[in-house]
Amino acid sequence: MKRIFILNLFLVFTLANFNFAYSISPDVFIQSTVNRASQILSQNISKEEKIEELKIIAKETVDIKGVGFYSLGSARKNLDNEQKITYSNLFESYFLKSFSSRLAEYTNPEIEVMGKQILNKNYTIVKSILVSTSERPQVNIDWRVYTKDPESPLIRDLIIEGLSLARTQREEFSSILNSNDGNINILFKTLEEFSKN
Amino acid sequence: MVKFLKITFLSFFIATSAVAGSDGELELSKKNNSTKDCFEPLNRATFALNQGLDKVFFKPVAKGYRSLPSPLKKGTGNVLNNLSTLITIPNNVLQGDIKMAGINTGRLIVNTTIGILGIFDVASEMGFPSYVKEDYGQTLGTWGVGPGCYLVLPVLGPSTIRDTAGMFINVMGGDPYYNISVNGNNEYLDGELYAATKMLSAVEFRATNIESFDNLEKNSVDFYASVRSLYNQDRENKIKNNQRGSIEVIYKEDEGWEEIDSK
Repeated sequence: MKRIFILNLFLVFTLANFNFAYSISPDVFIQSTVNRASQILSQNISKEEKIEELKIIAKETVDIKGVGFYSLGSARKNLDNEQKITYSNLFESYFLKSFSSRLAEYTNPEIEVMGKQILNKNYTIVKSILVSTSERPQVNIDWRVYTKDPESPLIRDLIIEGLSLARTQREEFSSILNSNDGNINILFKTLEEFSKN
Repeated sequence: MVKFLKITFLSFFIATSAVAGSDGELELSKKNNSTKDCFEPLNRATFALNQGLDKVFFKPVAKGYRSLPSPLKKGTGNVLNNLSTLITIPNNVLQGDIKMAGINTGRLIVNTTIGILGIFDVASEMGFPSYVKEDYGQTLGTWGVGPGCYLVLPVLGPSTIRDTAGMFINVMGGDPYYNISVNGNNEYLDGELYAATKMLSAVEFRATNIESFDNLEKNSVDFYASVRSLYNQDRENKIKNNQRGSIEVIYKEDEGWEEIDSK
């Protein structure tokens, strides 16, 4: 009996440690993500190849579905399930194209993670800097990391010098919806055309 | 008469800024500082005009400016920054930041004398804190004046009623450089030089952001809305002085994320 108890205790501790070992600190997660992206951007490959590689990283590290619903603002509450699926698919294509082509403009960017601050159990802000070069000054970049699942943190926003990309995107979508009497199909069409071009 | 017109115009701007979108209550007493695009069709038309001007004038000139030797560009940027401290200092005082007003006065004296009219940023070399520009629009914002409606001004670009009113304060005596060059009686400075300085500031800003604007335009589904959003965010940050704030303060009012659960 005593032996079983000790074995159980051992298993509990081992599993607890196992779990701890696999939860990733948001700052380590961001540093490893930017290192992967930097490696691709500094490679001697075509821009198109870089974009494809960056898309793979974005799929693994960004909560594209979450960013998509945030970008839709209050309009997401009016969508039925079918529209939600259509939107999620269109947004993913749009986001991957937009995000990766923005990043692909940089060659060999050096990003240093400076620290992190926990906002609440769901969000941590990781602070970093894009190191200055002779061409450009230092740029502050904050990352909003979704930490609801500590084992699998995901990026939800990039805040460059205080300017949130997700908020900008949300206001763009809102503008399209407002100009078209809230017709979601117009937004779908816009996203589709962007991804195709 | 001109002064009377300027004051009337400014009063109108501040008054409409305070009550823009008002439902009858005094807007100044509310905390909601959201910017409404009351003149969107006109703003979009002006935005298109500005894009045309940018294409044929500002962007080519900015590209030419970029090809100048680095020391020349750095010196020009330093001189423009030094001139802007003349507006920043009174705004530091009006915002109650007396310490920063003192630091910026020291910066102005050091850079104008030892730094030869601001060509060299000696103050930064001496360890002065990083320079943060302030203007009258920001001061009105810190006093609780809401942004009012969003405006796109011909040539000058994005603004709000409050920020446009802030620009008018410059020419009503709030900018010592304007007072000396336009209203002053001296043989070295005049209105043309003042206008040339402002034009150079615009070209310098455009030259610093050529790739960023191209990238933004290429990757936006509504470029006008993107620029409006970025302008509003930037002004909010500057009014809250987020560059100097803590993370909790910066992200305190960032709503909308808590409801999103993609899992």
